[in-house]
Amino acid sequence: MTSTVTSASDIAAKPSGQNLRFYGLWVVAAIALVALPLIFSSGGSLTSFSLIGIAIIFALSYNILLGETGLLSFGHAVHYGLGGFAAVHVMNAVTAHGWPIPLPLIPLLGGIGGLVFALLIGWVMTRRAGTVFAMISLGIGELVASSSLILRSVFGGESGISTDRTALPHIFGWTFGPQIQVYYLIAFWVLVSAIAMYALTRTPLGRICNAVRDNPGRVEFIGYDPHVVRYLAYCFAGFFAGIAGGLAAINFEIANSAYLGAVQSGMVLFATFIGGASYFFGPILGAILVTYLQLGLTSVTSVWQLYFGIIFIGIVMFAPGGIAGLVMMHRPLIRARTLGMVIPSYLVAALPTLALACGVILVIETVARYAVTGGEGNIVKLLGIPFNTTAPATWAIAAVLVIGGFIVARITWRRIAGAWDRAAGIARDRGYLA
Amino acid sequence: MLELIVISTLNGVLFGMLLFLLSSGLTVIFSMMGVLNFAHASFYMLGAFFGYQLTKWIGFWPALVLAPLLVGAVGMAVERYGLRNTHKHGHVAELLLTFGLAFAIEEVVSMIWGKSPVDYRVPAALDFPAFTVFSTNYPAYKIFMLAISGLIFVALLIALKRTRVGLIVQAALTHPHMVGHLGHNVGRVFMLVFGVGSALAGLAGVIAGPALVTQSDMAALLGPILFVVIVFGGLGSLPGAFIASLFIGLVQTFAVALNGSLASAFGPLDPGTGPSVLTDIWNVTIAQIAPVLPYVLLVVILIVRPMGLLGTRET
Repeated sequence: MTSTVTSASDIAAKPSGQNLRFYGLWVVAAIALVALPLIFSSGGSLTSFSLIGIAIIFALSYNILLGETGLLSFGHAVHYGLGGFAAVHVMNAVTAHGWPIPLPLIPLLGGIGGLVFALLIGWVMTRRAGTVFAMISLGIGELVASSSLILRSVFGGESGISTDRTALPHIFGWTFGPQIQVYYLIAFWVLVSAIAMYALTRTPLGRICNAVRDNPGRVEFIGYDPHVVRYLAYCFAGFFAGIAGGLAAINFEIANSAYLGAVQSGMVLFATFIGGASYFFGPILGAILVTYLQLGLTSVTSVWQLYFGIIFIGIVMFAPGGIAGLVMMHRPLIRARTLGMVIPSYLVAALPTLALACGVILVIETVARYAVTGGEGNIVKLLGIPFNTTAPATWAIAAVLVIGGFIVARITWRRIAGAWDRAAGIARDRGYLA
Repeated sequence: MLELIVISTLNGVLFGMLLFLLSSGLTVIFSMMGVLNFAHASFYMLGAFFGYQLTKWIGFWPALVLAPLLVGAVGMAVERYGLRNTHKHGHVAELLLTFGLAFAIEEVVSMIWGKSPVDYRVPAALDFPAFTVFSTNYPAYKIFMLAISGLIFVALLIALKRTRVGLIVQAALTHPHMVGHLGHNVGRVFMLVFGVGSALAGLAGVIAGPALVTQSDMAALLGPILFVVIVFGGLGSLPGAFIASLFIGLVQTFAVALNGSLASAFGPLDPGTGPSVLTDIWNVTIAQIAPVLPYVLLVVILIVRPMGLLGTRET
């Protein structure tokens, strides 16, 4: 948290050099978004990039709640889903009535769909923060998800409502039939939304959101109503989630009740928290990683969701700042040039930690395969080595890797902690660490 | 009609007592430790699956004792090695840890026992009709479930109100630091309460498994309803949780049994209107909206009385 605050004051204090670097970063991001499909032009990677783009907007919108305002929501997919349904209905209406609304504007209407529901329900929800808000958001999420199966004319029941994105009025000769055109549409909205959401964190509203997160009592004391602030943040989050939902509806040409469900809400929470809620770029990292793992792991293993759960539990217990927090921890060390002191212990710890990870993976895969085949022999391949799931040797190897790896890894983790304390101590002496 | 009322009341009270077995543990854990245990319904599921597996190996009666103990041990391990280490990162981290655990437990269960329902049957000794109401045979197993949950309820009441441990637990609910200053090991009390709460959830799973469906999604189906129960009854209030459990149990059971809709009450709409939200609402039966009802109740209570029925703190 502290570093977001310092980086903001840095920008204000040192205009020229810092500003150049800051705007340069956004320009680089824009160029990367344009250039990506030119480098990886296969159909599969275009689809992946599109999904990642949608996930980035969704995760960033979630972080307005979790990271900026400190509201833990278990029902954020409600706004994503309603945005998707709003987009699909508008697209079908545009096609039916021949209204002059081109496809690139549809995500905005999806965003309005998400916003309207946030305006309606947010006031009751944001009365209290913390655990109570989390529980209510879960209840509202379930309410909307189960209602969506009853109101068939709006939500289309189990099959959902489909649409045709190419039937809308064309502009600049773009039909949005090919995936590459959809990718550029998504990339455009990713950039616009990311800039808008970053700007939001720099407004007085964004600042007071942080204050409400850290100390609502004092916010009230200086004359702001935390309830109103939370409500506004909730509405913004709902709006951007709706944009993501609208883009998803365009990408898949369908909206169904799975968009609103608990699984979708859980995934955005995973992405944001694994990436790191304390930094603006954390959810972006998380969205890329989670979407990539989702796409990549499904073809490798049948129990990929379990790995998600384990990674998530590991992050919650050992690195609550997420990946972004882990990376940013090293910044003062790099500045103080003491990073070299911790790297050797990292390298020493890498081997037993990897052995432990391999052991856990071997256990999971063996058990999974063993249970599926009902105890019959089957082969699990790990690092190219075949393991027979019924052979006692496999179970023995797995046990040795897990137990031995854990014992040795724990010793090396303590070494890291020791080296870290020494490096941080020197960095503190040199004035780089508060 | 009378038959329907009698049977539904019995089933509703039974479902309510099951809900109370779960919500009592959840609400005590919440008010003591400030942790909303997302994995509580997962412990219930673990209880059902442990019960199924142990019944296969050693029979139902030993399983009825062993499975809750096992689940309680899992719960204590979660508190000792998970929550206690996460506590320094705040309540949100603790909540997220239990959320991740719930996710992981569901995956582990569906990895080992598969995603389809397992064949967890009522034990032969209890597989007979207890009595006949009008023309319906009421199974003895449901009476057994009712007896067990009633017994636990009384035992819990006595343990909390009449024993020394119960006194410490009650004190730790409101003044954990003072209890610590008086020389009690608050950490151990927390672990014990977490273990007992998990074991109660596990017991609910063991006895509910044969009557309901034992499947890897049973935690995800019941979990949100549990949260509704404890918010509805008032956070941290045991009597509130009891009333809310019975109320929601009865509401859901009656809703499932009733087949009326606005169309059957006031006649069908003009067929010329075509499908719209109105026709959806007009034609939906009460049985179909049963899964939505708890959440509607949640929103209503939050608007009308934010602290819940018997809660003392504003939610």
